[in-house]
Amino acid sequence: MKAKGKVFRYGDNVDTDVIIPARYLNTSDPMELAKYCMCDIDQDFVKQVQEGDIIVADANFGCGSSREHAPLAIKTAGVSCVIAASFARIFYRNSINIGLPILESPEAVANIEAGDEVEVDFDTGAITNVTKGQSYQGQAFPPFMQEIISAGGLVPYINENLLEK
Amino acid sequence: MGMTMTQKILAAHAGCDSVKAGDLIMADLDMVLGNDITAPVAIDVFKKLNTESVFDKDKVALVPDHFAPNKDIKAAEQCKKMRLFAHDKDVTNYFEVGEMGVEHALLPEKGLVVAGDAVIGADSHTCTYGALGAFSTGVGSTDMAVAMATGKAWFKVPSALKFNLSGAFRKGVSGKDLILHIIGMIGVDGALYKSMEFTGEGIANLTIDDRFTIANMAIEAGGKNGIFPVDAVTEEYLKAHSDRPYKVYTADADADYDEVYEINLADIKPTVAFPHLPENTKTVDEITEPITIDQVVIGSCTNGRFSDFKKAADIMRGKKVAKGVRVLIIPATQKIYLDCMEAGYLREFVEAGATVSAPTCGPCLGGHMGILAAGERCVSTTNRNFVGRMGHVDSEVYLASPEVAAASALLGRIASVDEL
Repeated sequence: MKAKGKVFRYGDNVDTDVIIPARYLNTSDPMELAKYCMCDIDQDFVKQVQEGDIIVADANFGCGSSREHAPLAIKTAGVSCVIAASFARIFYRNSINIGLPILESPEAVANIEAGDEVEVDFDTGAITNVTKGQSYQGQAFPPFMQEIISAGGLVPYINENLLEK
Repeated sequence: MGMTMTQKILAAHAGCDSVKAGDLIMADLDMVLGNDITAPVAIDVFKKLNTESVFDKDKVALVPDHFAPNKDIKAAEQCKKMRLFAHDKDVTNYFEVGEMGVEHALLPEKGLVVAGDAVIGADSHTCTYGALGAFSTGVGSTDMAVAMATGKAWFKVPSALKFNLSGAFRKGVSGKDLILHIIGMIGVDGALYKSMEFTGEGIANLTIDDRFTIANMAIEAGGKNGIFPVDAVTEEYLKAHSDRPYKVYTADADADYDEVYEINLADIKPTVAFPHLPENTKTVDEITEPITIDQVVIGSCTNGRFSDFKKAADIMRGKKVAKGVRVLIIPATQKIYLDCMEAGYLREFVEAGATVSAPTCGPCLGGHMGILAAGERCVSTTNRNFVGRMGHVDSEVYLASPEVAAASALLGRIASVDEL
């Protein structure tokens, strides 16, 4: 599986309150949530994001609240992948559970700039910066998490493994 | 190699003799929690799972606390969805408005979490119960749904940071100052993916409420959980609140820690986290220019317990809130509300010019009941001060203890009790 898109670039500690502010959490409709994705940090994001685009951020992306609405809003907005130097742990597991591809790569983060065209190969963790002609390596998932991702998220994984009918 | 306290609890719940940091395990759970924001998403996910019933109707807790009492029609629909699910699945621990409270104050008070438990909650501050010697951590709605169906969750076994506490707090200093000091020291990702294990002779000088406050904010350092050893203080609390048997786990003497921090509680000063991160801490005596404020919030899962209001009432009694400052007092549960009423605190707060609200998370996350306008500043006993957390993106939140919040309410600027 591959993704290719234009990069939206953010800094350290992007918290789930700016990814999707609590004032919009009175619904769980993904389409409704996606309308306000990133609005408290980047008002232009939803106007400019195209299907397949990629978010690149520094350390501790997704810190704060456990709201799964955050990765859900990002995924529904059309983002194909989030690359960060590190992820906050609840955001990390939420992303795996709902099937939003994420990759940790400090090397990629150090070199990618806003607007770069980037391609990601999820099977190998290889990240290619088409604009700059560079390539970087993302950290591969442990086999257990890869199984969840391959199953299509935690729900199909659990249905197949723990709740067989 | 020995195990940390957290690793021992996880090993026991995964049916393993031992685990080590980095192991991926499937653990049995003693309690699964959700609220009116996260449970509706979990309920949608639950419907996709191959089951009709929850794994154990006594081990699921559903608490409408974030946007309840319902703040608008959409919030009312979400609360209704959770209420109907609780009824349909015969969930024992559903708490309606009138008996509910802020979830992380409510569950320990109702005796639903005891030492040795493994708990997940679809709320990041689920780490609060580490105060009782339980493993508890926040997760998202999909994990909650799967846990409601199976009673299980997957975990990566965490490594740990050890905080070895000695001494006792000076007057006017409490658990909030300590945890803000620690977050300021290690940063908002200083404990990322790790346990924060608190030990040392200083633990005996921490009240159970101090411990709830400290464990509650482990997530603000990125921690998976915060946990305290079980001692006489814990056992007194457990016996007063729960009939369930509890199990005491202790870290092995040769357990491995990524870092060990030595902290003398007597060195901790009144501390405030400046916008817009909990790590932006200063001690109040480091503030040189007056920081005027518009609002004070005393409440939340961090500092909304009886002892927090006692501290505030002892400071505000017979005095007046500074002109132009709005002070919101939010007891975290109905029991705390009644205890404050019987102690006379609610009257004293109202006479000082504060307003008292029903239990709710409301203002902490900018939900309702105390939203900030552009340019406004709030001193709050809550846990987060991110951009726009309590309202407008150009508003500011300063995190502090109930003592600092009460003193600031009277002076109209950020202040410690010493300045009164």
